[in-house]
Amino acid sequence: MIIDRRLNDRNKSASNRQRFIRRYKAQLRRAVTDAVAERSITDMEQGADVGIPVRDISEPQFGMGPGGDRDFVLPGNREYSRGDRLPKPQGGGGKGDGSGQSGDGGGEEDQFTFTLSKEEFMNLFFDDLELPRLARTTLGESEHFRYKRGGYTPNGAPMNLSIPRSLRNALARRIALGAPLRRELEQLKASGGSQDEIEALEDRLNNLPFLDDYDLRFRNRYRVAEPVSKAVMFCLMDVSASMTEQKKDLAKRFYILLYLFLTRKYRSVELVFIRHTENAEEVNEQDFFHDPKTGGTVVLSALKMMEEIALSRYDSSDWNIYAAQVSDGDAFGADVEKSRAFLADHLLPLCQYFAYVEVPDRSDVATPLGAAYSAISDERFAMSEIFDRSEVYPALRDLFHKEAA
Amino acid sequence: MNTASPVKIAPLSRGGEWTFDLLEAYDDAIADIAHNEFGLDTFPNQIEVIASEQMLDAYAYTGLPICYPHWSYGKQFIQHSESYRRGQQGLAYEIVINSNPCIAYLMEDNTMPMQGLVIAHACYGHNSFFKGNYLFRQWTTPDGIVDYMVFARNYILECEERYGITAVEDIIDACHALMHHGVDRYHHPSPLSSDEERARLLAREEHNWKRYDEIWTTVPDADDKSTDIQQHSGRFPKEPQENLLYFIEKHSPVLEDWQREIVRIVRKVAQYFYPQGLTKVMNEGWATFWHYTLLNRLYDKGLVDDGFMFEVLQSHTNVVTQLPYNHRAYSGINPYALGFAMMRDLRRICEKPDDEDRHWFPDIAGGNWLEVMDFAMRNFKDESFIAQYLSPKLIREFHLFAIADRADDDMLSVSEIHNEQGYREVRRLLSRQYNRDTNVPDIQIVNYNYRRDRSLELEYRQHRNRPLNKEAKEVMKHLARLWGFTVTLNTVDDSGKVKETLSVEAPKY
Repeated sequence: MIIDRRLNDRNKSASNRQRFIRRYKAQLRRAVTDAVAERSITDMEQGADVGIPVRDISEPQFGMGPGGDRDFVLPGNREYSRGDRLPKPQGGGGKGDGSGQSGDGGGEEDQFTFTLSKEEFMNLFFDDLELPRLARTTLGESEHFRYKRGGYTPNGAPMNLSIPRSLRNALARRIALGAPLRRELEQLKASGGSQDEIEALEDRLNNLPFLDDYDLRFRNRYRVAEPVSKAVMFCLMDVSASMTEQKKDLAKRFYILLYLFLTRKYRSVELVFIRHTENAEEVNEQDFFHDPKTGGTVVLSALKMMEEIALSRYDSSDWNIYAAQVSDGDAFGADVEKSRAFLADHLLPLCQYFAYVEVPDRSDVATPLGAAYSAISDERFAMSEIFDRSEVYPALRDLFHKEAA
Repeated sequence: MNTASPVKIAPLSRGGEWTFDLLEAYDDAIADIAHNEFGLDTFPNQIEVIASEQMLDAYAYTGLPICYPHWSYGKQFIQHSESYRRGQQGLAYEIVINSNPCIAYLMEDNTMPMQGLVIAHACYGHNSFFKGNYLFRQWTTPDGIVDYMVFARNYILECEERYGITAVEDIIDACHALMHHGVDRYHHPSPLSSDEERARLLAREEHNWKRYDEIWTTVPDADDKSTDIQQHSGRFPKEPQENLLYFIEKHSPVLEDWQREIVRIVRKVAQYFYPQGLTKVMNEGWATFWHYTLLNRLYDKGLVDDGFMFEVLQSHTNVVTQLPYNHRAYSGINPYALGFAMMRDLRRICEKPDDEDRHWFPDIAGGNWLEVMDFAMRNFKDESFIAQYLSPKLIREFHLFAIADRADDDMLSVSEIHNEQGYREVRRLLSRQYNRDTNVPDIQIVNYNYRRDRSLELEYRQHRNRPLNKEAKEVMKHLARLWGFTVTLNTVDDSGKVKETLSVEAPKY
C-alpha cells in the first residue's frame, strides 16, 4: 500500500521545539539580550543564532567512565603486530573507542547553537520587556491591509460581478457552441433540407443560454499589507559622562520599541540620531550608542538641531515626526527653562509625539530637566522614568493605546 | 540499441523521475522476487511518501510515527534541522518502523532508483528482520505499537492539562535518565494493547473513586501493595532488581497514579527499542544484503536498466564503506559494512566454500544459503552472530586488530591482529564489544529500607574495574525525585567489596 503523506502537517515537531524553548527560556533570554545589544534598531526583526552551553541541556544517563580495563577491536590495521605498544590517547580515548555508542562523540561543541525564528526572537524580546498581549499583537502582526484589484475569478460576491467580462465570456461561448449548428443549418438550407430539420436546428440555436453560470466573472480583490505613510523618528540622547552603558541599553530598548511601533504604522520610517553634550551633532547609530564622548550638558543644543533638521529635510505636511529624548535629567542653569520653552513652543507643534524618557540614578529626587518638563501639558508630549527593562513598555503605553486604536 | 530479442523484457522505467504508479510497479516486482524466489516472510507494507521537512520530524521521534511531547524531542529536531540546514548532514533515505503493517517512509526528493533501493532495503529487508528475529518477536508488539503510542500521547497530553507541563516534564526527564534500566532482559513482556491499557486505567480510577472515603484514608489499607513488603522480615526485594523503572512504578512510596502510568509508558517505549540496540549490525546487514540481492536480481531479469544500477550501486558503496581507525572521519565500526560483509560471506561460505571455511564452519559450508541465512537471522543478536559467524576471511579483509587498555599500564598494547593466532581472540573481543553490558552499566536495586527511612539501595557491579561516568550523580538525582526518599548507589568491585558510595537525598518540595 502506498500513501502520499506529503500534504500532511509538516510541523509535527513544532510543539516540541516550543517546549525546548520554553524550558531554556532563561538561557535564551540572555542570548537575545546579547543580540539586541549588537543589533541595529532597524534590523531587529530577524531571527538570530543563539547558543546554549551543552552541559545545560544534556540528558544524563548511567554510562561507563574512563578508566578500568578495556579491550576494543578496530578496523584498518596496517602497521601493528601482536605485542606492539603505543601511547594512550589524551582525554580518555575518544578516538580509540570502537564501541558503537560513544563513537560519535568526537566533534562535540561546547555550545548548542541554533537559529531562532523571527517570531521566537521577537517573543523573547517582548517577554523581556514584559510587553502585554495587546501591544504584542499590535507589534507582532498588525499591518494595515488594503484590498487591491487583481484579475478575475469565476466566483465571488454579486457586488463584484464584472458585467463586461461575463458578457464577453457568454458571447464567446455562444459563438463557439453555435458555430457547428450554424454551419449545419447553412448546409441544410443550401441543399434544401426538410423544414422540420431546419426548425429543429434553429430552435437549438435559439435555446443556447444567453448567460450561463460559468460565464460569470468577478473582480478579484486581495489583501495587501500596507503601512500608512512615512515617518521620521528623532532619537535624542544626552551622552555626557553620566550616561552609563546600562542606561544607554535601556534607551536603546526604548528606541527599538518605538521604532517597531512606527514601522507597523508607516510605510517607511527614517531615523535621525542626535546626541549632545554641550553641543549637539547628528551621528550614525553606531556612534550614537557606542562612541564615548565627554563634556557638559546643554539640552537646548539638541532641540535646536532637531528643529533645524526637521524644517530642512522633513516637511511636516509629508512626514509624521516622532521624537524620543533620553537623558539622565542633568541640566544646568538657564538651559533648563530655555529648553522647556523651546520644546513647548517650537518643537511640539511640529511633532506627532514627543517622548521624554528619564533614566535617573535615584528615584526619590526630581531632576532639573524632569522638573521643568513636567510643566508641559500637551497631549503630544509624554514623559516617564525608567529604571528597569520592564518599565520600558509602560513608558510607551499611552502611545500604543492612543494610536493602536 | 539492442532490439533483437523479443523475449527481453522492457525496463520498468528509465531515468530518475518517479510516479506513484511506478512505485507500485517496482514494489510489485520486488515483492515478487522477495516472496517467490527467496522466500522472505514479511509484514504487509505501508509505504508513505513524505517531504524532506517531514523526514526531519520523523527523525526527531527516533523511529516511532507518533510519540508523546517532550522537550528532548524538540532538541533533537533542532539539532537535525540545524545540521541539515548547514549542510553538515544529509537526510536518511528512509525510515522504517517495526509495526504491522510495516510503515516505511520514502522521501519525495529521491530519484526512482533510490526509491527502488529504499523499498528493497526497508520494505523487504528490515521488514522481514522485524518479523523473523527472535528478539523482536519476544520484545515488541508490532500490531499494537502505533495504537499504544496514540494512547500514550493522549494520556500525557491529558496529564499536562491536569497537572501542568512542568510537573509532567519532571517525571519524563527522570524516566528518560533511567530509560536503559527499564527493560526486563529475561522476562517476556506481555503484548501491548491500547484498549486493554485504557480499560485497566479506567478500572483503577473507578476503583479509587468508589473506595474514596475520608475516614478510611487514615486506616492502614489491607490490600495495599506494601503489605507484601511488610511481611518480609529481611531484605526487599529478595533478589536484586535490574529493571529500575519497573520497581519504581510498583513500589515508589511517593508517586501518584498518573505518575506511575508515565513511568510505565517510558518503560514500554524503552522495551520497544531494546531489540534495535542489540541487532544493529545484523539488522542493517540483513537489509543491505537484501537490497543488493533483490535489485541485482531485478537487473538480471531486465526490469531495470544500467543507469538504475549505476545509481543504486553508487549509493550502496557509500553506505558499506568502512573507514580505517586512523581516518579523520572514523566513527566506529560501520554496522552496514560489517553486517553486509558478514551476510554476503555467509552466502559465499554456503555456495563456494574453501578449505578454511570447511575447517571453521563445517556445519554450514556447502549448505543451502537461504536456509542458513534464515536461521542466522532468526536466532541471533549482534553479539552471538559475530561470535558464531565472523570468518577469518573477513577479519583479514577488515584488518581487524585488538587493543588492550589496562588501568595499571600507561601504554596501550596490541593484543591480537588478523592472523592465524589471533582470529579467535579478535572475534571473541569484537563480539563482546556488542554485549550490552559493555556499554550499559549493570546497576540493580538491592534493598528497600521499608521499615526505616524508606531509602533505596542500589549496587553497581563493576565490570573489570570500570567506573561510572560523571553523569551518574545527575541520574541519581532523577532517581531520588522518582523515589521520594534517599537513594544510595554502591559501586562494588569484582571481589564484592564496596569501593564507592554515592548518596542523594530526595528533593524537598
